[in-house]
Amino acid sequence: MDAPVIDTRPIVAAGPKAPAHGIKVRTRDVSVFYGDKQALSDVSLDMADRAVTALIGPSGCGKSTFLRCLNRMNDTIQGARVEGVIELDGEDVNARAVDPVALRARVGMVFQRPNPFPKSIFENVAYGPRIHGLTTSKSELQDVVEQALRRAGLWDEVADRLDQSGSSLSGGQQQRLVIARAIAVDPEVILMDEPCSALDPIATARIEELIDELRQQYCIVIVTHSMAQAARVSQQTAFFHMGQIVEIGRTDELFTNPKEQRTLDYITGRFG
Amino acid sequence: MTDRPDIRAAVERRLKRRHAAERRFRLYGVLAITVAVAFLALLLGRIIEQGHSAFVTHSITLDVPVDAARVDPAYPQGANYDQMAAEALLVRLGVDANTADNGRAVRDLLSPDMGFQILAQVRADPSLIGRTVTIEAPVGDSADLYFKGEISRDTPEEQRVLTDQQIGWLDQLERQGLVEAHFNTGLFTRSDSTQPEMAGLLGAVVGSALMLMVTALLSIPVGVLAAVYLEEFAPKNRLTEIIEVNINNLAAVPSIVYGLLGLAVFIGWMGLPRSSPLVGGIVLSLMAMPTVIIATRAALKAVPQSIRDAALALGASRTQTVFAHVLPLAMPGVMTGSIISMAHALGETAPLLMIGMVSFVPGVPEGILSASSALPTQIFIWENAAEAAFHERTAAAILVLLVFMVVMNAVAIVLRRRLERRW
Repeated sequence: MDAPVIDTRPIVAAGPKAPAHGIKVRTRDVSVFYGDKQALSDVSLDMADRAVTALIGPSGCGKSTFLRCLNRMNDTIQGARVEGVIELDGEDVNARAVDPVALRARVGMVFQRPNPFPKSIFENVAYGPRIHGLTTSKSELQDVVEQALRRAGLWDEVADRLDQSGSSLSGGQQQRLVIARAIAVDPEVILMDEPCSALDPIATARIEELIDELRQQYCIVIVTHSMAQAARVSQQTAFFHMGQIVEIGRTDELFTNPKEQRTLDYITGRFG
Repeated sequence: MTDRPDIRAAVERRLKRRHAAERRFRLYGVLAITVAVAFLALLLGRIIEQGHSAFVTHSITLDVPVDAARVDPAYPQGANYDQMAAEALLVRLGVDANTADNGRAVRDLLSPDMGFQILAQVRADPSLIGRTVTIEAPVGDSADLYFKGEISRDTPEEQRVLTDQQIGWLDQLERQGLVEAHFNTGLFTRSDSTQPEMAGLLGAVVGSALMLMVTALLSIPVGVLAAVYLEEFAPKNRLTEIIEVNINNLAAVPSIVYGLLGLAVFIGWMGLPRSSPLVGGIVLSLMAMPTVIIATRAALKAVPQSIRDAALALGASRTQTVFAHVLPLAMPGVMTGSIISMAHALGETAPLLMIGMVSFVPGVPEGILSASSALPTQIFIWENAAEAAFHERTAAAILVLLVFMVVMNAVAIVLRRRLERRW
């Protein structure tokens, strides 16, 4: 198929109340190979700060692969090769000088299935600040943990049982716990890989509210299978298909008035 | 969908066959378990039947006058205390003490331990010379067997180790109340001896413990770290594949080959002391290491990838991820695998034969460099002994070894239960 002309201009100032902010993450011509297999080809996408960018598309379209490029989690997969430019605040994340460990402190990630460590709730949140040496005293660490849990909207539910195992929480609570764990390191970008796919509708609504609140402070990139969710939480949406971006647009425009036929087919449920 | 009744009938017919196959398979399963349990019961029953008598022994209490004329206070070890004890016993039996035949016959019923005990007392307190000491010592091995009913009067005299006269004396001693049956503590407080009644397992147990310590200290850290590296850090390429295959092969190498290797390398080339727990431990750790590596890798593989992702995405380094999250989660499996491989090492005999741990070592090893025997080789030595009394001790030693293994396996199970966590 011929590559469509893609408008790569950043979509900023999205949403009625969202203030205008610059581009946080800029990608140009990103291609990813797993061995000989090309999973992503020439993806260019800009993600605005303090806004939510949703990546939608059918399974295997490369949206998770793209997400994992942004914090170099693809490095952990043997045989994965990333080409192209990925910039965080204008700085190439794949540069030799960039330590992936330091990068991941700036770019947090939340996974599809809640994956708390089999340790206490407190330890789950405290682990990040501890390995990065963000706090100097125990009371400071306790403050950081409390702040993170408050921002994740979990504090009131777990304040009296911080020493209990993280896996004793419900699925939705676990997912908020791992979000608290991610924001405890004070990242700039939060990547979410289908964060609600293992949750029931009520827990999903709770996470979506949380994403909306977190948008005030972070650049959020979310991969989702639910177009309704993309429409609810994001300001910008990119539609991926077969390892390429088909269309990028402001969420309200992309869902109401898509420019590409394939986008229309997908959002109206004709494939995928 | 044309002829439904026909299809039904066909399904029904097949169903009967399928159920029959199911029942047959269950029957095979029950049979297999029954056979296995029967063999185990037979094995254990036979060993217990043979060995239980070794846990009881008979001792004799005797007043022995220490003849001042025959003991040189400056050189007390030069005196023949066995003879004095034998004479005292003959006096008790009311038999003429002055014939050489009687002396020899009665000395057979006593253990040399009696003489050693008299010597020890005289050395500790030389004023005992010329007075009478009271000694409680094991009876000789043949006498012990007679009291346990394993030597029968009905056997023709020339086919048994005790003469009619000796048996008569033993009966007389029992009637006089000098002989007493009690738990054989000597089995656990003494080391190997040429005299069955004085032989115990202490030296072998200590030797095995020292050896296992060396094995654990070498094979567990090296094995676990090798597994962690291979599983979590090493690139997956042809070289690591070859290494993996060879580790699996090493786990299947006959243990005697490790013994030959130990003999050639550690004793021959490096000059480490022969028969020592150090060499035994090194050889056994070579043998145990592949098992530890395989068990650890399996445990690491079972840790979900999501835990690694979680830690890495937070900015933990590879090492931090492995040692703070992955390895602790794999720990129950690592512990179980390690303990079971240690239990295997404990029972291993063949490599120890090669490195000379089958020598007669009458004392408790002082350290990992001194000559020592081990439990399985002690069993081997006793099994080859001529004296009938050693045979029950062989079975008893097997029981002790089995108890050690059961305890180790139980510890492994308890640890696994304790440490096992959900994720």
